[in-house]
Amino acid sequence: MVKEPNPQFAIEVSQTPGGETLSLCFQCGTCTGSCPSGRLTSYRTRKLIRKAQLGLEADVLESPDLWMCTTCYACQERCPRGVEIVDIINVLRNKAVAKGVMSEEHTKVGTYFLQNGATIPLNEKYEAIREQLGLPRRPANVLGDKKALEDFQKILKVTGFDKLLEEKK
Amino acid sequence: MNLNKKYALFLGCVAPARYPGIEAATREVCKTIGVDLVELEGAGCCPAPGVIKSFDQDTWLAIAARNLALAEKQGADILTICNGCYGSLYDAAHILNGDPERLRAVNKILEEVGMEYGGKTVVRHFAELLFKDITPENVKANTKRSLEDMKVAVHYGCHFLKPSKIKDLDDPERPRILDDLVEATGAVNLNYRDKQMCCGAGGGVRSGNPELATKFTESKLKSMKEAGAQYIIDVCPFCHLQFDRTQKDVKGYDLPVIHLAQLLGLAFGVPANKLGLEIQEVPVKF
Ligand code: SF4
Ligand code: SF4
Repeated sequence: MVKEPNPQFAIEVSQTPGGETLSLCFQCGTCTGSCPSGRLTSYRTRKLIRKAQLGLEADVLESPDLWMCTTCYACQERCPRGVEIVDIINVLRNKAVAKGVMSEEHTKVGTYFLQNGATIPLNEKYEAIREQLGLPRRPANVLGDKKALEDFQKILKVTGFDKLLEEKK
Repeated sequence: MNLNKKYALFLGCVAPARYPGIEAATREVCKTIGVDLVELEGAGCCPAPGVIKSFDQDTWLAIAARNLALAEKQGADILTICNGCYGSLYDAAHILNGDPERLRAVNKILEEVGMEYGGKTVVRHFAELLFKDITPENVKANTKRSLEDMKVAVHYGCHFLKPSKIKDLDDPERPRILDDLVEATGAVNLNYRDKQMCCGAGGGVRSGNPELATKFTESKLKSMKEAGAQYIIDVCPFCHLQFDRTQKDVKGYDLPVIHLAQLLGLAFGVPANKLGLEIQEVPVKF
């Protein structure tokens, strides 16, 4: 990854759906002041946006800060410039993942999603609870429908999601 | 009351696999108020607006489109009981229903599984349907057992009202929707510090950075407790899981979490054993 400022990076972000508003930020700091994550950690929303604007690619994509955001939208609601901060963070995260930067835990969630069509397993304990409550042991969605799961997985093949997980560092 | 629209219930991942009481309560409450539910057969993960969208937007949009197309085929609107599912499906519908170019691109992918999305599906949140179509007055009229002995703290979560620019449901800083619905049951609704703050679970933070997620949650639990709350009311199984499971490690709060559907179930006289409240980590004691 390029360590020096890479102006091309900011342009790429702005041209990806969700990243269009990157250049609108004028660094007021309202986002940082609204951010619950910033209140609890050293993560600063304004700085992340500034680094992206400057094209500090490696700094942005390799920093754990990129994964401190809960996508709560508190910042985006208040931004006086209409910067779509959460959407920009999503674009940046997609770029990080495409370069193989993905935590072990997130790779696990992604793998589970790929294998089961859901982000968490339905196990016997909860099947029994479902039954107790008068629900079918397995619902009528991918959790209980093999053909649906196959379709689901086929889509992930077409979009390359399976490769994305394989290629991670 | 009978609403002439058909709704496909979108279960998502967390409710059916961890809090089936929310699913059961939703079905019971819909029966009581005359909402006609059908199964969204073959639906998959919404997909999660935090984790999966963070990994790859194009995958996120294609999988969401598949869910939207399934509902379209049934001639039903989607009804979600989760802020995350609502966030993803509403946002995806907002993009695809208004952008023929992206719709075309997504349909190229869906073609591989013999499907097509026409850009027509409407996505609604259970709480939004309750507020707008049923109204708090009718919730009150259906209440058989006033919940005036319950002191509650309402947690909206993030993806229900926000981004407000495309949802336009209520003021995201000082909303009333849930407060009005909860108060209609007679429950004592308490105000508390940081009411609009996130639970901490979203955006892949619960899976990737659980210590940080816990800090968010503990901060909220503390202010709810300080305000005198006995119960947390939410509208999202993922917030639900975060509040409930965090209290396994962080002791001393003893705040059972109740989804709006479960609360309405209690008020409408649904038998308690159909709501799953006594089998949560912090159980409701009846
Ligand atoms: S609130 Fe908006 S304009 Fe202000 S620093 Fe944050 S992103 Fe930039
Ligand atoms: S959306 Fe992310 S960056 Fe913005 S306030 Fe919430 S946690 Fe902070």
